[in-house]
Amino acid sequence: MREVVVISGKGGTGKTSFSAAFAYLEGSNALVSDCDVDAANMHLLLDANFKNQSDFFSGEIAVIDEDDCTNCGICFDACRFDAITPTDDFHVVDPISCEGCHYCFRVCPHDAITMQTQKAGDIFISDIKNNTQMVHAKLCFAAENSGKLVAKVKEEAKILALKKDKEFVITDGSPGIGCPVISSLSGASLVVLVTEATVSGLHDLQRVQKLVKTFNLEAVCIINKYDLNLDMTQNIEEYLEEENIKVVAKLPYDDTFTKALAKAQPIVEYDENSELSKLVKDSWEDIKSIIRNKK
Amino acid sequence: MKITFASGKGGTGKTTISTNLTSYLARMGKSVVLADLDVEEPNAALFIKSTLKKTEISNKMSPKWEEVDCALCGKCAEVCNFNAIVAMPEEILVFPELCHSCYACSELCPTDSLPMTPSRIGEIKEFKADGFSLVEGRLDLGQEMAVPLIAQTIEYTDKNFSDSIKILDAPPGTSCPVIEASRGSDFVILITESTPFGLNDLKLAVETMKVLKQKFGVIINRYGIGNKGVQEYCRDENIPIITKVQNDKEVAKLYSKGELIYPQIEHFKNSLDDIVKFIGGLK
Repeated sequence: MREVVVISGKGGTGKTSFSAAFAYLEGSNALVSDCDVDAANMHLLLDANFKNQSDFFSGEIAVIDEDDCTNCGICFDACRFDAITPTDDFHVVDPISCEGCHYCFRVCPHDAITMQTQKAGDIFISDIKNNTQMVHAKLCFAAENSGKLVAKVKEEAKILALKKDKEFVITDGSPGIGCPVISSLSGASLVVLVTEATVSGLHDLQRVQKLVKTFNLEAVCIINKYDLNLDMTQNIEEYLEEENIKVVAKLPYDDTFTKALAKAQPIVEYDENSELSKLVKDSWEDIKSIIRNKK
Repeated sequence: MKITFASGKGGTGKTTISTNLTSYLARMGKSVVLADLDVEEPNAALFIKSTLKKTEISNKMSPKWEEVDCALCGKCAEVCNFNAIVAMPEEILVFPELCHSCYACSELCPTDSLPMTPSRIGEIKEFKADGFSLVEGRLDLGQEMAVPLIAQTIEYTDKNFSDSIKILDAPPGTSCPVIEASRGSDFVILITESTPFGLNDLKLAVETMKVLKQKFGVIINRYGIGNKGVQEYCRDENIPIITKVQNDKEVAKLYSKGELIYPQIEHFKNSLDDIVKFIGGLK
């Protein structure tokens, strides 16, 4: 089982559109996971049925018992997150600010504080189009560390892929370079970087590629909207060459992606025989052969 | 007045609209500052001609083990809830990237062997542009926690530009970084696009704003493509639509070059006027 992780640094470059297209093309030979748990939306293109739901617990928040609290203020002094506020009779915790560090709980002389485990998200395993399954999630409000939920989604997807003897796991990563992205990248067989021919597309590509390099991962790149700015495309290609990253596709700016989206279809389903679909199909074949040729 | 531009989905136009609006307000003679809070991938500065005025190192506090008096009792590892400290038989290992700076280990250590010390997580840069300033938070690569830097960038902006209109460009998503970028603002403008992705992520962002009890409105970007889902949702939920920015490849082309849009595209400028008027109507 090999894992392809699609990431982009910058949001809105087409990451999910490509991941969903690859998933659709590979069908029952691949398992799909959506690691953009902050704003998951790959399920919209793949007709997920949210068949199997489970709760994901992570992190805790402090709760102060009004009756046991003597208003001594020791917890208030200990808290570095401004999460504890005194009232006339007792102290209260703001659950949004509480970091779950347990410090107040440990120092309260009256045992008035308990730590309560928080539900951090829902994890779903869904049947999707083309006879396969996907693992996806929804992060709860202000839940701690979405990186842990990402790790859980990936773990579930891998277990399922092994169980069902799938050749690939196709993972839609999250934007940025922080905790969820780092978590998305772990264990990737190949990283697909999606960028666009804009100044910010190049800037964010460079940052995320540095991250990919620190994990010693091999990457390929898709340049989207290349015709918006041919000079920029050239700059991106020069950068990729220096980094030894192969360009597996260059796609034009095309509203067809959005039209497919409005119909809740991957581009290769919406307009199967178009030039765009051909480019996407070729890139997926390219990606597969790169992975299969790895030791 | 402090206004945050946020969105659930990435790439909907937060930076395009916030950079253009800031420049436009400055051209109207307003005192205005833009803060780029997308610290993982800051790129407002790419769209604004400016000169660097000041750089501050951004630190977070984490414990540093001092061997001398340490009794190796292991209390520090016991009280750390983030696995940032491991007590070995003959030494204490600290993993600063996992540390949440709660100070429990440091303050509960019986021998004061873990003093809190600053370690770099990124930079805060202040740029001078034509008629306004830009403050940027930039997280170092490999750092996982964006929230402390976002908080410091806001603090810097508040302190140095107390009398200006503050425009905050938030990171994408709906979790902690966005909450940090939104909770202290007078108003949040959620930018979306009229596609099922846009709608899905807008709903998540709206849920977040409601829990925060934050006042908010919506801008529909790339209007004219996709479907009517976002409009219907806003109507049903009584969410004000501040403006609809037309879908236009010329806008995308200018953006690709890092150029400001409103001096060259009339309909885009009209949308900025809608936003200025809306902001003016806020108390």
